[in-house]
Amino acid sequence: MLRLAPSVHLEMVAHCYDGLPLEACGLLGGDAAAGKAMRCYRTRNVADSAKLYTVDPLEHLRADRDAESRGSSILGVFHSHTHTVAYPSPTDVAQAPDPAWHYVIVSLADDAPVVRSYRIVDGNIGEEPVVVESQ
Amino acid sequence: MSVEVRLPTMLRAHAGGAATVQADGETVGQVFEDLAARYPGLASQVITDDGTLHKFVNVYVGDDDIRYLDKLDTKVADGASISILPAVAGG
Repeated sequence: MLRLAPSVHLEMVAHCYDGLPLEACGLLGGDAAAGKAMRCYRTRNVADSAKLYTVDPLEHLRADRDAESRGSSILGVFHSHTHTVAYPSPTDVAQAPDPAWHYVIVSLADDAPVVRSYRIVDGNIGEEPVVVESQ
Repeated sequence: MSVEVRLPTMLRAHAGGAATVQADGETVGQVFEDLAARYPGLASQVITDDGTLHKFVNVYVGDDDIRYLDKLDTKVADGASISILPAVAGG
C-alpha cells in the first residue's frame, strides 16, 4: 500500500498537468518502512518527451539529500502517461531502478486524472492500493 | 584520500545495510576499487566488466556528475562526498 499525504497527491497531479504535452516525472519522499509519501519532489523530465521520461539526475541528488536531511528517504517515483492508461509500460518495467520503490503512474488520458501505484520486482508488476490520507 | 560514499537503497545490502561508507582513493575509479575490496558485489553494480560506469548509474562528486568531469579518472579531494544514484527513467 502507498499512503499519500494530501499535499503530495495534489502536487503530483498538478505537476503532471503542468508537464503537458510531455510526460512529467517526480520523486516521492517519506517514510519508506510505512509506505507513506510525505513530500513530492517535482523534477524535470530531461527526456523532454511525450512518451519517455528521465528524472533530472542533479534534481534526484538534491531530492535525495533533502529527504535524508529530514530523516526520510526517496521511496518512489511518479510519472504521467499523457494518453494511455495508468499501467507500467515495458519501458517502465525494464528501467525500474529499485525493487523497494513504489512506481506511481498518473494517467491524463481521461477527463479526470487516474492515479495508480505498483511494485515492480524482477520484471513482475504488482498493483497496490493508493490511499490519500486526511492529513 | 579518504572520501565518503553515499549509497542508494538498493546497493546498501552489499555494504551491510549502511547508507554511507568510507573508502580511499585518488580518483573515483580508485575509490570504487577500494569499495570492491571492502564490499564484494557492490562495485559490479556500478562498474561494467570493461571498467566503465554502468549506463543506468549516476555518480556525483559533490554536485558534479563525473560524466562531465573525467569520469572514473575524476580526482577526489580528501573528505569529498561521492554519491551513487540510479538513473530513474521509463515511459
